[in-house]
Amino acid sequence: MAAKTLTIDGRLISAAEDQTVLQAAKDAGIQIPTLCHLEGLSDIGACRLCVVEVAGSNKLLPACVTRIAEGMQVRTDTERLRHYRRMVLELLFAERNHVCAVCVANGHCELQALALALGMDHVRFEYRFPKYSVDITHHSFGIDHNRCILCTRCVRVCWYIEGAGTKNVAGRGAECRIITDLNQSWGTSETCTSCGKCVQACPTGALFKRGSAVAEMERDRTRLEFIVNAREKKQWIV
Amino acid sequence: MARWIKIDPVTRIEGHAKISLLLDDSGQVADARFHVTEFRGFEKFCEGRPFAEMPGITPRVCGICPVSHLLASAKACDQILAVDIPVAAEKLRRMMNLGQIIQSHALSFFHLSAPDFLLGWDTPPERRNVFGLMAANPDLARAGIRLRQFGQEIIEHLGGRKIHPAWAVPGGVRAGLPETGRDAIRAKLPEALATTRTAIALFKQVLKSHEQETQVFGNFPSLFLGLIAPDDTWEHYDGKLRFVDGGGNVIADQIDPARYKEFIGEAVEPASYLKSPYYRSLGYPAGLYRVGPLARLNISKRMGTPLADEELRHFKSLGWGAVTSSFLYHYARLIEILASIERIDHMLDDPDLRSTRLRSDAGINRLSGVGVSEAPRGTLFHDYQVDPDGIITGVNLIIATGHNNLAMNRTIAQIARHYIQGNTIPEPMLNRVEAGIRCYDPCLSCSTHADGHLALQITLLDHRGQVIDEVVR
Repeated sequence: MAAKTLTIDGRLISAAEDQTVLQAAKDAGIQIPTLCHLEGLSDIGACRLCVVEVAGSNKLLPACVTRIAEGMQVRTDTERLRHYRRMVLELLFAERNHVCAVCVANGHCELQALALALGMDHVRFEYRFPKYSVDITHHSFGIDHNRCILCTRCVRVCWYIEGAGTKNVAGRGAECRIITDLNQSWGTSETCTSCGKCVQACPTGALFKRGSAVAEMERDRTRLEFIVNAREKKQWIV
Repeated sequence: MARWIKIDPVTRIEGHAKISLLLDDSGQVADARFHVTEFRGFEKFCEGRPFAEMPGITPRVCGICPVSHLLASAKACDQILAVDIPVAAEKLRRMMNLGQIIQSHALSFFHLSAPDFLLGWDTPPERRNVFGLMAANPDLARAGIRLRQFGQEIIEHLGGRKIHPAWAVPGGVRAGLPETGRDAIRAKLPEALATTRTAIALFKQVLKSHEQETQVFGNFPSLFLGLIAPDDTWEHYDGKLRFVDGGGNVIADQIDPARYKEFIGEAVEPASYLKSPYYRSLGYPAGLYRVGPLARLNISKRMGTPLADEELRHFKSLGWGAVTSSFLYHYARLIEILASIERIDHMLDDPDLRSTRLRSDAGINRLSGVGVSEAPRGTLFHDYQVDPDGIITGVNLIIATGHNNLAMNRTIAQIARHYIQGNTIPEPMLNRVEAGIRCYDPCLSCSTHADGHLALQITLLDHRGQVIDEVVR
């Protein structure tokens, strides 16, 4: 495969032509913040945290779904980008009920870690305080919509890695939410294989092992990587 | 007469409280009311949460005694799982509660109350605080602060942090006591013991010069409630409920805490968000009872450790059957610190603590659970209902400060009647009323050290509701 050269944050980088800006940056050791992206899953560019500046474009482009191009000049960490990333996080926090102190994922949450890393020390938007329920009808897992950021990792992992197609998205705009099968309680699902991949994929405390107490929900993402590597690269490396 | 106490950070009932004193035509105090005007809403907003989160959510009620809520909540969850928790888990929970009693009582005595009776009631407010105590008696103040630190560190060695450790979980605890923690606790025990004995000797001196306060600060016969061990020994984590009367006679005993509603009614006063629990058989408000250190010592025949038992004998000699003056809460508090230190000393070498089996596992086996433990301020009830999946459908919390609501009202009235006559407020009155409330170490006062001062307003009303005088500080 042909290589292309581009500049990321002033560094000249050579990358495979089918790579995204996110992949090329990662290979070069440049970290771009992400939330909806998860290694092994197809990208959808939903969360907008990975936006970067590309010379010649007025728009900010999501690095996860932008292919590299010859001579591309990319900036991943400017004041403008930090400003928008913080705003994205603030909007996520304002949209639902994220209470880190009493969350099962406290200390192991990607949303919380990003808020810390990007210096989101307050939220300028009015909190919506929506009333969402918790579904713990499944024998092993639960979903708390209050903590969901609609990254759809669970939907993609369920459809494209497990192949069960249990998790889906219903509704529009602010009413958007993750559903099980035809919008029924998880415990009544006939398609769920109880594999737990969605729980491993979730970046926040929205999906959790039933019975988890505060700060107990730690994920093991290596399991997902193992499955993807085994399937796509025929490598069974633990 | 209205009194406002501003407390920040806010916990369940902490925040705004006020006292109203009603004067009759002749300027005599006719009635006294203690109003808590903040609403916390934990009982409501916990509905809909998975029950396993409750030991994480409810400790946020308070930053001083989060361990109490942690333990009562975990115990209620144990009931929902219907399991016996591992022996090591129970012993470790007990140790954390003892650490909590030490730190909270040390805070109450040294930081909050000692300035009143060691510096004097009439000391100007800007010096009548722990900083004034540091200036007047630096060794004592430092020892008191270090005693509190000792209690906090026990909590930290077990739970990973001093405040709000998410450590006790349904079915047990998350982690044991590491050897480094055990050694660190052992190394500090002698100093903690010495500080406590010094404080006890000092308070006995105070008692000699404070006979009037002992007579006036909430001195009345009442019922006393607390948890008691099967052999009549002081209890702080488990056991059964016991009520004794003002003469020390046991009037209800060996009550399964889950049956608390048969014995305790909860009255709601329109003027306060703090519920007024009462002993059902005597009705409201005659069923006034007190909880906390004074009550626990009144219902116990022994502390279970030698030094504390010696002190208990002296304590009991201050009353007939039961010790009825709320001023002696302070003494009871010090005796409980002593007992806690002795008990921790005994526990440290217990081989059970080294067990790695710390958590029992089970599903939802009961649809309700009541968890009761002794918080520093008194008996704490957590009562949960869940649906078959374990979603909380109902919560009832009776916080220790709440039990004492009626008694605090009565204490204020007693102090006011003694010190207030006529249409002006004598300056020392403000301080005496405040100190009367502080005997109970309610959550209202225990957080005031956070922002450094108590915003206090006393308004004197005549029988037509006209403002006669007002003092704001």
